[in-house]
Amino acid sequence: MSSTTIDSRRRGFSLSEYATCLTGIVWREGLRFLHQRERFVSALVRPLVWLFIFAVGFRQVLGIYIIPPYETYILYEVYIAPGLMAMIQLFNGMQSSLSMVYDREMGNMRTLLVSPLPRWYLLFCKLLAGTAVSLLQVYAFLLIAWLWDIAPPPIGYLTVLPALVLSGLMLGSLGMLISSGIKQLENFAGVMNFVIFPMFFASSALYPLWRVQEGSPMLYYLCQANPFTHAVELIRFALYGHVNWISLAVVGSCTIAFMIGAIYAYDPSRGLARRMPPGGET
Amino acid sequence: MIAHDAAIAAEPASDITTRQDHAVAPALSIETVSHAYGSRRALSEVSFTVAPASFTALLGLNGAGKSTLFSLITRLFGIQSGRIRIIGHDIGATPGEALRLMGVVFQPRTLDLDLSLMQNLLYHAALHGIARREATARGRALLERIGLADRALSKVRDLSGGQMRRLEIARALLHRPRLLLLDEPTVGLDVKARADIISHVRQLVTEQGISVLWATHLFDEITSSDDVVVLHQGCVLAGGQVARVIAEAGAQDINSAFMRLTAGTTKPRSSEA
Repeated sequence: MSSTTIDSRRRGFSLSEYATCLTGIVWREGLRFLHQRERFVSALVRPLVWLFIFAVGFRQVLGIYIIPPYETYILYEVYIAPGLMAMIQLFNGMQSSLSMVYDREMGNMRTLLVSPLPRWYLLFCKLLAGTAVSLLQVYAFLLIAWLWDIAPPPIGYLTVLPALVLSGLMLGSLGMLISSGIKQLENFAGVMNFVIFPMFFASSALYPLWRVQEGSPMLYYLCQANPFTHAVELIRFALYGHVNWISLAVVGSCTIAFMIGAIYAYDPSRGLARRMPPGGET
Repeated sequence: MIAHDAAIAAEPASDITTRQDHAVAPALSIETVSHAYGSRRALSEVSFTVAPASFTALLGLNGAGKSTLFSLITRLFGIQSGRIRIIGHDIGATPGEALRLMGVVFQPRTLDLDLSLMQNLLYHAALHGIARREATARGRALLERIGLADRALSKVRDLSGGQMRRLEIARALLHRPRLLLLDEPTVGLDVKARADIISHVRQLVTEQGISVLWATHLFDEITSSDDVVVLHQGCVLAGGQVARVIAEAGAQDINSAFMRLTAGTTKPRSSEA
């Protein structure tokens, strides 16, 4: 067959091309989120049920002493608010990964993956987009919580932002890592049970760890090893203008590890694609 | 070499001047590519080329390995053995350059149904780093060309199957690729929609010099002046201009040529990788 001239367009990509790509992915994720109003409502209802019903019911059962970062006695609902913020991000991270499995089954994922920009960057943009969506949900929750008299210092709303970005990235990349290993949408329910619930309950979201230690030292160590605990504590401290350095280190390291794992899993020569034919065909 | 039509003519001069044609290469070159899913071999030593400004049909029954080959060309899968080059760019070594020159229409629909036509195009443009203003202009021109300009703000969900396919082709052209890959794009469409899409893609070849690889199992989509690659059970049985493949097989038409070529192949689909 005949031949043509080599088209040697410039190599690499400019910064503005990278920025355009990021903006486009975040924009699309935002549009999808706005189109799924029920997702937004359920993302808010879930923590509010915990706040309005569970926390009020437990208020008398579980007294909270003065523990850092709190400087005074606090109500139980004040204690669990950061845990619920992290829970929103946990669900959002898993939801994003669910949508990646869905996208992959439906074929939309291919649109993303055939972009000429480096794949690690595309996945990173996807993570940032998911985190941005989780921030919308968390701040909507904080607004309602404020009406419920859960009012951290005003500066806390700002200082918590970097903590939320980091924890959002960690939970998003965990979700992405999990999504790469799921072959079908139906398998996802099991993962929700095996990941979300154990992570949430074996953490400091609902009860301070010193109380857990009194009940079961083993569970205490398990909670300590749970990255979600550190996401909760990072958010809790940041919301009151403090930094929990240990949590910051754990969340930062886990973010990097999960992200590398997810990027590795989506590498065409190793992970995802190798295991399955496209759409079950050849 | 490339004749741009009105829709594509807005290409800035800087883009054109950055292309320095200094060597010759096929639009697509597949060199001894094999692929296996575990112990199941899907492709076996597949080699062929797609000439520039040609319409090359990749003909094969369901399960012949067409979709696997598409996934390898588009880098959804890593290449296990062999080599794939797009206009001289190795998809494994320089995927960015190779993917930039390629437009793809996958067999399953890959549009966001809840977004508008224009939003789908803008998202694709962003994934190629094309700035918003430029993307909007290109998107409008392409929608105009496929007769869907007045539906730009409608949700994709409201389109017919044929319209969705036309939109997907427009989207694949948004970044001005030189090679267009289409994986069974007419599956599930009615006769008129099929004819529209085939004639649209053929126009792209003749008017814009785009090279097309068109995977299909429908013989009536191929004409005698096309190039064809016959893929069967993961192996290339014949390749070249349709008329020549028919003559070499001693057949009357491509349908009977295909039957003759595949008649003697009793190789089982599964074999050790």
